[in-house]
Amino acid sequence: MTSRAIGWRTGSLERAHPLTASARSITFTVSSWPGNDAGQHVDVRLTAPDGYQAVRSYSIASTGAGEEIELAIDRLPDGEVSPFLVDDLELGDTVELRGPLGGWFVWRPEQTQPVQLIAGGSGVVPLIAMTRAHASAGSSVPMQLLYSLRTPDDAFFRDELSQPSATARTTWHYTRAVPSGWSRSAGRLTAEDLKRETLPPEHVPLTYICGRTGFVETVSRALISLGHVPDNIRTERFGGT
Amino acid sequence: MDHLDGNVLAGPSTDLFAFEATTTQCQCQSCADIAMLGQAMVYGQPMGFVARCRNCDNVLIVIVERAGQKSLNMRGLRWLRVADQATNDRI
Repeated sequence: MTSRAIGWRTGSLERAHPLTASARSITFTVSSWPGNDAGQHVDVRLTAPDGYQAVRSYSIASTGAGEEIELAIDRLPDGEVSPFLVDDLELGDTVELRGPLGGWFVWRPEQTQPVQLIAGGSGVVPLIAMTRAHASAGSSVPMQLLYSLRTPDDAFFRDELSQPSATARTTWHYTRAVPSGWSRSAGRLTAEDLKRETLPPEHVPLTYICGRTGFVETVSRALISLGHVPDNIRTERFGGT
Repeated sequence: MDHLDGNVLAGPSTDLFAFEATTTQCQCQSCADIAMLGQAMVYGQPMGFVARCRNCDNVLIVIVERAGQKSLNMRGLRWLRVADQATNDRI
């Protein structure tokens, strides 16, 4: 699963379903896909009839062996690639894919350190791959997720994350609007929230943070101020179009 | 301009290196910080990628993609340590 992956493969859209009003899960069949570790990403290349090409990196939500990979794409209003993947790509259509890529923002079942996952919005995608890998390996390593969202309607994979059988507990945090009956008011994640909702520095967790650049900056700085060691914090920022 | 992480170099670097670049340790020429390339701050697209030191902002690596070619400049690195494949995959 960690062999060097060079060159572009063709992926054919096998299944798709909406995740939210702006996001879609898309599963490709990729012939001779070598499988992937949780947290790895793939580059997607689209070529226009005039030869113009656009390449974007997307985290893989699925994990393990097999020739299918699931991506979960949020439509960026000014995006060049994401609106096409969310709105226009039909079953059987093909795109070019390069991967699996990356070895740093990765969780492997043989790791023994407690794991804290922190997602901002669609940054949950590589982290759900980690919770899936954790469940399918039957890992006994403590793993928990703090998922920060604008509103309850923006959640990806809510049913899966809320299942009683989930091996990683999810704590939900809302920044703009909360569900009815929610005990806390909406607001950005603060150092106090992180202190209350994440594994403390004494447990020496390995923390994975994925979200927009501003979110990742804020959260990683707050964790360091709480006493976490920078080398135990792995980050994956996304931004742009 | 928002930056990304060195992780994003994993794809483009497959054309340049025979090893997994993002789990390669390197030292900044300017401040001597040692980190994985995956920890660098990367400013990317549309021309290519500029990887800067997470500690002092020094430019470590520049990759320019143009006309079907990639140019690589690594002037900001003191060294780059490539582990044997077996361990490199397991960092």
